[in-house]
Amino acid sequence: MKLQEHHSKTLLRRAGLPVPPWSVASTPAEARAEAEAYLREGAERVVIKAQVLAGGRGKAGGVKLAATPEEAEAVAGAILGMDIKGITVRRVMVTPGADIVRELYLAAVLDRTAKRIRLMGSAEGGMDIEELAETRPGAIHSLFAHPHLGLLDHQARELAFALDLGQHLPSAVAIAKGIFRAMVDNDADLVEVNPLAVVRTTAADGTVTETLQALDAKVTIDDSALHRHPDLEGMRDLDEEDPVDVEARAQGLSFIRLDGTIGCMVNGAGLAMATMDLVKRAGGQPANFLDIGGGARADRVAAALRLILSDPSVRTVLVNIFGGIARGDEVARGLVEARAEQERNVPMVVRIVGTNAELAAGILAQAGEGIETASSLDDAVARAVRIAGSVATAGAA
Amino acid sequence: MSILVGRDTRLMVQGITGREGAFHAGQMQAYGTNIVCGVTPGKGGLRALDGSVSVFDTCVDAVRETGANTTVIYVPASGAPDAVLEAVGAGIKTVFCITEHIPILDMLKVVAEVDRVGARLIGPNCPGATSPGRAKVGIIPGSIHREGRVGLVSRSGTLTYEVVQAMTDAGIGQSTCVGIGGDPIAGSTFIDILAMFKDDPETEGIVLIGEIGGGAEEAAAAWRAEHLPNVPMVAFIAGRTAPPGRRMGHAGAIISGSGGTAESKIAALEEAGIRVADSPTDIPRLLTEAGIRPS
Repeated sequence: MKLQEHHSKTLLRRAGLPVPPWSVASTPAEARAEAEAYLREGAERVVIKAQVLAGGRGKAGGVKLAATPEEAEAVAGAILGMDIKGITVRRVMVTPGADIVRELYLAAVLDRTAKRIRLMGSAEGGMDIEELAETRPGAIHSLFAHPHLGLLDHQARELAFALDLGQHLPSAVAIAKGIFRAMVDNDADLVEVNPLAVVRTTAADGTVTETLQALDAKVTIDDSALHRHPDLEGMRDLDEEDPVDVEARAQGLSFIRLDGTIGCMVNGAGLAMATMDLVKRAGGQPANFLDIGGGARADRVAAALRLILSDPSVRTVLVNIFGGIARGDEVARGLVEARAEQERNVPMVVRIVGTNAELAAGILAQAGEGIETASSLDDAVARAVRIAGSVATAGAA
Repeated sequence: MSILVGRDTRLMVQGITGREGAFHAGQMQAYGTNIVCGVTPGKGGLRALDGSVSVFDTCVDAVRETGANTTVIYVPASGAPDAVLEAVGAGIKTVFCITEHIPILDMLKVVAEVDRVGARLIGPNCPGATSPGRAKVGIIPGSIHREGRVGLVSRSGTLTYEVVQAMTDAGIGQSTCVGIGGDPIAGSTFIDILAMFKDDPETEGIVLIGEIGGGAEEAAAAWRAEHLPNVPMVAFIAGRTAPPGRRMGHAGAIISGSGGTAESKIAALEEAGIRVADSPTDIPRLLTEAGIRPS
């Protein structure tokens, strides 16, 4: 689960990181009031940032500066409601502008190959880390935390020196260890601070100080561990989720909507992907990814069919079940029952092999019109693509 | 010969009294696997599988009394990491963890300990392994197999069944089929299993079934080019049509940024001289063209 910037910053602050103050506003008037408060407290400018779970907010125009409350209101008005990569901006962050001396990158990531948490830092923050990894891998410094002992002090110091943060050593060490702790305490699989900035502040008496500050944050949580972090579940942004995704999660189904016309119902994630790939290869377009899981019972199958048919562009449903734990007859019964309940029905191509496939065939044979059965995967895919194509032609005529 | 499981497997089943554990223990025994004990804390002294197998409270007791050398875990996610550690603590060297949805950070610690004591963990979130005609451990349906000389390693479950069935239908038998699981952090990688196949005199060809996410397929391709250049090898990669940034059912199946795409994996495999099938059902033909004869 990806967290919004303001939630990510909450977790970083809990882990002891220095994060400038922020507020969240959902109307231009709220943004104006928040901006006014920061400006009154001495900020020269405020930054208004779109809160959406998409990268490239700056490039899309979702991050803007404002020097007056009026300007903040206008800028927030422009950003709220804006579409960024298909997501409507519903909230903005208001935060004091920082006088940035240097930008760095610091993150904890899951390294699948090393089977360790990797701390990654670069003296070149603010830019796309993947691009940097590709063009100048030498600019990224990495180290692995011990799986049982964690991130050790000397490791954090090594990283700080490598990033030329010797002048800020205690703070840099605390930040590196805080990022690691945020990862572990929250069961995150990514904690990214980009940029981590050296920020200049001038006190009333003219004294200038430089401190490290986390100016942006991105945290993602391991879905398998969410059950032990009920507070994080509350940070889920339901506004940004397709209602279909919410429904799928409630049903325990793995479902992702795509933009094709052939609904797919498959057991097993790998087989579900392979089925989509074959549909595409045969000239069709999959309407979704759907894994109904191992011990799928009739009610789960029914819920899956409802999800698929809730998409009006679906013209046919391709069911591909290789029974192992899943029993073919359960799936067939679920399909027939669910089909009878649907307001809208489309032709189905069903292929069920493996455990109790014969029983499944009997159930499907009695189900009447609209269900074609296929014995091989290739045959099932070809039929589904043919049906989707002919329906399309009929629709166009 | 075969790898991981075979005639000398003496299997312990952790969670044997649960719904999944009881069902699959029965299936494994029916296939001919030598199940020597079960473990369910608090159920010690019971007998499972129609009275044929003793249930123990702890792995230490079970191993001492029965000489179990392999375990399979059907314990729910909340208890599975501890179940792995209990088994290796009792001296078991080969552990299959079927359980899915185990938190990643738990697995990091478990895998480090399993490596430290020199045990081999397959999974979690995996279907297990079958050496046709000898033993099956896990949840792969026994009926799809045929004895033979092609080894198979996969990150998937039902997709593996599809491929194995196609091979069996074409008369191409298997030495051992291993599912290493779909989680981002797993006990064993493709390379670990390829290294075992390399040392198995009865494995003459290899099928690798991968999917989007991570870089394990690319690493396996490079390893193959160096260590197994003359062994016929065929692959399939699922997820050519998967959208980036979305988790495709398996926790590990996600294209992040520019990494982990099907294209990258297919290119790496082909560069290493491995033919990549467009369809799972096309694998038998490619194996035949690579010189594998029906068994």
